[in-house]
Amino acid sequence: MSNVFIVGYDGTEDGRRALDFALERAKSQNAEVHIVYVLEWSPYSFLTPEELEKRHARRKEEVELASTQIMSPLLKELEGSGIKVEGVIRYGKIPEVICDVAKKAGAMQIIVGRNGGSDIAARVFGSVPGTLIQIAPVPITVVP
Amino acid sequence: MGDICNFRRLLPMPRLVAAALLTLLPAGAHAQEAGGVDEMINNAISPVSDVIAGTIFYSVPLGDTAFPLIVGWLVIAATIFTLYFGFIQFRYFGHAVSLVKGDYANPDDAGEVSHFQALATALSGTVGLGNIAGVAVAVSIGGAGATFWMILAGLLGMASKFTECTLGVKFRNEYGDGTVSGGPMYYLEKGFALKNMPGLGKVLGIFFAICCIGGAVGGGNMFQANQSFKQFVTVTGGEASFFADKGWLFGIVMAIVVGVVIIGGIKSIARVTEKVVPFMAVIYVGAALIIILMNYDMIGWAFGQIFTGAFTGEGVAGGVIGALIQGFKRAAFSNEAGIGSASIAHSAVRTKEPITEGFVSLLEPFIDTVVICTMTALVIIITGRLSSDLTGVALTSSAFESAIWWFPYLLAVAVILFAFSTMISWSYYGLKAWTYLVGEDKTMELIFKIVFCLFVILGSSMTLGPVIDFSDSMIFAMAIPNIIGLYVLMPFVKAELEQYTAKLASGEIRKFKHS
Repeated sequence: MSNVFIVGYDGTEDGRRALDFALERAKSQNAEVHIVYVLEWSPYSFLTPEELEKRHARRKEEVELASTQIMSPLLKELEGSGIKVEGVIRYGKIPEVICDVAKKAGAMQIIVGRNGGSDIAARVFGSVPGTLIQIAPVPITVVP
Repeated sequence: MGDICNFRRLLPMPRLVAAALLTLLPAGAHAQEAGGVDEMINNAISPVSDVIAGTIFYSVPLGDTAFPLIVGWLVIAATIFTLYFGFIQFRYFGHAVSLVKGDYANPDDAGEVSHFQALATALSGTVGLGNIAGVAVAVSIGGAGATFWMILAGLLGMASKFTECTLGVKFRNEYGDGTVSGGPMYYLEKGFALKNMPGLGKVLGIFFAICCIGGAVGGGNMFQANQSFKQFVTVTGGEASFFADKGWLFGIVMAIVVGVVIIGGIKSIARVTEKVVPFMAVIYVGAALIIILMNYDMIGWAFGQIFTGAFTGEGVAGGVIGALIQGFKRAAFSNEAGIGSASIAHSAVRTKEPITEGFVSLLEPFIDTVVICTMTALVIIITGRLSSDLTGVALTSSAFESAIWWFPYLLAVAVILFAFSTMISWSYYGLKAWTYLVGEDKTMELIFKIVFCLFVILGSSMTLGPVIDFSDSMIFAMAIPNIIGLYVLMPFVKAELEQYTAKLASGEIRKFKHS
């Protein structure tokens, strides 16, 4: 198991708190931080023929946007922190992708934020931290 | 897709467009008074239509019935592809299912169109009225035995789909912005150029595109609008329905919904339909299964009827040949194998191996014809409704109703949704054919989309029987250039197949482990 923390980041305040928590620990333990940004995607969703045709172009745009708007500024900001930080942008279901990245990196721990309140949707469909707790291959920390 | 009965009249497309616009302008909301206009249009076009529709659906007498040559053209082609590729539809059926499940999908490609999505989209274009109403027509004329021939033709058609969809991906155009255009017009042009027949390829490509536009506004649009309106009227009270004489109103609503999706780009409506349609298909098959299981003691008898009917043609006009023609016709008209339409939808999938799209697409005739159409036929046979005088959607409706009283209402919703999703798919096929002819241009695209929506209103508000029949015939005219192309280009598919199977054997292509 390598000294890697995986942080699920979604560009929100909650995500930022999780990231800060991870950075703090990484610094003291001399660990790496891999920031994972997931674009929700299901290969079983239904697309119209026109969406089918434009899918590849849209995917390029989405990745580009996630990179320039979220990941690049974040990595730039963390450049001088003295911690080795890596950014990952992936498509899929958030909990599954985070677990997959953690496995591949041989991570020590997964750290995610919590989306505050307990709204109905999360109760019915489950939340990202909730799902992660059930399927994560490594210990997980949920930052309030 | 549409059902073909009589092909008497032809409508040259530019004149129909002009006529449509003229009709709409002065008539407006009074389109219903346009009975005279119907007649005017029909009379104006019938001389030309007789010639062309008569040619495409030229029938030879076979026994006591007439056999449309185009049906033979499709079935013979399907048989040749089945033999040429060594029964590919059976050997690679399991592999096709694996591909759809995503077993071979590289996780790094997530976010691209998956095989499942391409299959679902292509299916939503083919599963429709043909599966519900068309089958009923087939068994009411051809008897239970027609089912046997329908299944056989469906199984053979899987090889045609395999061939055309592989070529669609192999010869598609990819543009700088990442969008793609593919389909028969592209493989005819590019493939024939490789075979040193660029002129012929171009001519066939243009011929295909023209037929495709005709098929899109006809069978893919007007026929759908017309038939779904009819079913809508039936469940809202038939002749006494408030809507009985308001086809134009139904058409305008339908046109607005279609327009919002294809012009307005409001994907949410399309997405809802695309979600509901497979759901409807599942409910339909589920209900059929329940009815079949409720009468489990009749299953053996029903299959007995199907087999004896297939080989004795008992009580069927034209005997065995009559049953065979009805079954073959239904399969060919329902799953569109050999028509080339699905190839347009499948070509959008990004894959390193064009052949994988071919494998996936061979499931379409299976789901459409071998599963869904057979279910309809079984329900009609098992419930004993075959002996009634009913036909078409009314026969299917009454067969289901005998077991589940509220089913006709669900069927009406299913018919409208199937029609809607078929329209969305065909608007795209037509658009691709149109841009192939006039060039990729936003204004030209918009013109096509607006005209397409106007035809929705026309289709549901008028009794343009001959026009609808003709435009349905355009769909089958697509099979002429397409299958010529498939014969010439099938060695390319064989080469793809050989290199792919070699990679499979060597382990270069293997399943990705899913956690």
